[in-house]
Amino acid sequence: MTEPRTIKVALAGQPNVGKSTVFNLLTGLSQHVGNWPGKTVERKEGTYSHNGTSVHIVDLPGTYSLTANSAEEVIARDHIIREKPDVVVAVINASCMERNLYLVAELLALQTPVIVAVNMMDVAEQEGLKIEPQVLEAALGVPVVPMTATRNQGIRELVEAIDELTRDGASYQPKRPEIREDHREVLDDLRDLVVAYVPQPYPADWVSLKLLEGDDEILRMMQDRLPEDVWERVHDILKEHEDAVVAVASGRYDWVGRMTRAALVRPGVGQVTLTERLDRWATHPLWGLLVLVGVLGLVFFLTYSVGAPLQGLLETYVVEASAGFLTVALASGPPWLLDLLVNGVLGGVGTVITFIPILIIFFAVMGLLEDVGYMARAGYVMDRFMHLMGLHGKSFLPLFLAFGCNVPAVMGTRVIDSRAGRLLTTMLVPLVPCTARMMVLAFFTPIFFGGAAPLVAWGLVGLSLLVLAVSGVVINKIAFGGERAAFIMELPLYHLPNWRSICLLIWQRSLAFFKRAGTVILVVSVVLWALSALPTGKIETSYLAGVGRLLAPLGSLMGLSWKMMVALLTSFVAKENSIASLGVLYGAGGQASLAQTLPAIMTPAAALSFLVVQMLFIPCVATVVSILHETRSWRWTLFNLVFLLMVSFGVGILVYQVAALVA
Amino acid sequence: MRRLKERDTTQRGAEAGVDLLRLSELKAGEEATLQGFDAGHGLISRLSALGFTPGAQVTMLQNIGHGPLIVKVRDTRIALGRGEAMKVRVKR
Repeated sequence: MTEPRTIKVALAGQPNVGKSTVFNLLTGLSQHVGNWPGKTVERKEGTYSHNGTSVHIVDLPGTYSLTANSAEEVIARDHIIREKPDVVVAVINASCMERNLYLVAELLALQTPVIVAVNMMDVAEQEGLKIEPQVLEAALGVPVVPMTATRNQGIRELVEAIDELTRDGASYQPKRPEIREDHREVLDDLRDLVVAYVPQPYPADWVSLKLLEGDDEILRMMQDRLPEDVWERVHDILKEHEDAVVAVASGRYDWVGRMTRAALVRPGVGQVTLTERLDRWATHPLWGLLVLVGVLGLVFFLTYSVGAPLQGLLETYVVEASAGFLTVALASGPPWLLDLLVNGVLGGVGTVITFIPILIIFFAVMGLLEDVGYMARAGYVMDRFMHLMGLHGKSFLPLFLAFGCNVPAVMGTRVIDSRAGRLLTTMLVPLVPCTARMMVLAFFTPIFFGGAAPLVAWGLVGLSLLVLAVSGVVINKIAFGGERAAFIMELPLYHLPNWRSICLLIWQRSLAFFKRAGTVILVVSVVLWALSALPTGKIETSYLAGVGRLLAPLGSLMGLSWKMMVALLTSFVAKENSIASLGVLYGAGGQASLAQTLPAIMTPAAALSFLVVQMLFIPCVATVVSILHETRSWRWTLFNLVFLLMVSFGVGILVYQVAALVA
Repeated sequence: MRRLKERDTTQRGAEAGVDLLRLSELKAGEEATLQGFDAGHGLISRLSALGFTPGAQVTMLQNIGHGPLIVKVRDTRIALGRGEAMKVRVKR
């Protein structure tokens, strides 16, 4: 009977190798999703048991290498160096082994034992590649496990390999890559200089290699630790060999070449792969755009044919039914309690809950497009246009999804590689008119503009997008120095989606949103209700009204009365609430009578400015909470709110003054 | 304390008559061998990790207009911005 023990495993791999599929298979629902401490990068960990051993797995962020160029890479290598897992499982994609083995080369430079899992063997076969795992194992000197995770093949062998390696490490004799011949002496010299000063737990060999590569983080670390004269000599060596990074990379690829030479047989020349055939359309400047439009059209079709009806059903059978039930159940109770539950809780959280079908559709679409490999093509096709705003091509999809609902759009910014790009896109998402805002448009424009209503509505949408483009350029200039991260994007091979992974993703994201809705959004809804009910129980004399009156001078610049300002404030919970609030404030019975009373109280110019402000205003609390969650930064969230307040009021004032002159 | 600033790697020991061609100048279907870079350290580091090393075989897959282009390096299809591609030196 084997003794019970616990081992730690780290899962590493480049993007698009199916690492998450492997992780999901190993950990199932035991996985826990969080964030790496102090970072905005997602951290997943889970456990499984085998042969009396409890195995704790951490899914490292997918990285191409282990340089200091991105937070993900630093997180990955720091985890291996500091947490000292017992094994690192390097997942590679059988159909792009040569490039994937580069990361293995980097991993072998660290001392932790490595197991190579050659995943996606089915895709390699599809592309006409032949792989010999045993040959690779002999060449590498480390255990190699062939797998096709999407078909559940190879998992058992991987689990056994992990078990074996951690029990008996004697046979582990890796053949590590060496730096290119012409730089070996320099590397040795460097090592001799720094070895005495390398801090635990960093390996000295690895540190000297990184110094030669020009790694910013290691350079800073050693500069702090080396005495002045030693640093001078190190600096001189590095200055003389500035191009060493190329030699290091070449050395690694030479090693990779030797590894693949025997173990990999490529298809005959001229064999056109499926990916090549599909990309002839998908990345073409014209056809690619049409394909994208088609895909997006499909998304919208799904949203409106499936999502909207479901939303309606939720509205009727959950929200309204609950309201009805409560009205009866609390008929004999205090009226404020009923008001709180129906208007405060249901009115706020209820509206948000009805958006769940739309959210699920969007999460599913994003997950599917990413998994299949199309997301990168969409990014490529749109980069031409996104470039003009200082954005990356991949920013397009989240911004597009924002038309449906801003919440999944904010969550969708994860597909963007750079933090700066993600932040910039997140800041701009609220400027995209979501369906809730369009509903407000659809209500107001016919009342004030009659036949010209569609024109005005589209004009306002266009205005929002224009403000978005300009804001993009401005924020990029101010916050990020106008720089755009270099456009380097891999176009992975297309492959059949893994439904299990996608479903898991939808479940995790929806659950996260549900939790937020249940907590923060609920609190905010109740607080806002309280502000509108206290102290007198009538909204006209409540605290909220007080705030509205305070803002009246500002409002008058836009032709808006204090009641309109209050309506704007209530739209914080849900955009459609502004209509309901106006109804209550003007004593109108319902939407129909509001449609009649409004033209009497507002001029078209004022209505126009109200709509402009509503469109550019701070987003609903669900979105704000999502922004806070995704950016992990109060600073950026507050910046977003202040920015939008300034923009919406500024443009509102401008529009009103001009419209009042013209009318 | 002195710091190593952003560096430019320039060609060393240039042979006379070497075809100073840029990656962005290749036409679709053309193959070339990578020679080196005229770029900052960060870009070189990222490109090297992806397989853009001296001696590597590069195939141009798509190069239209002013937008990003698509190349194939070591079995991988990579979309590269035009500006980035202009900093990569190749030889036919």
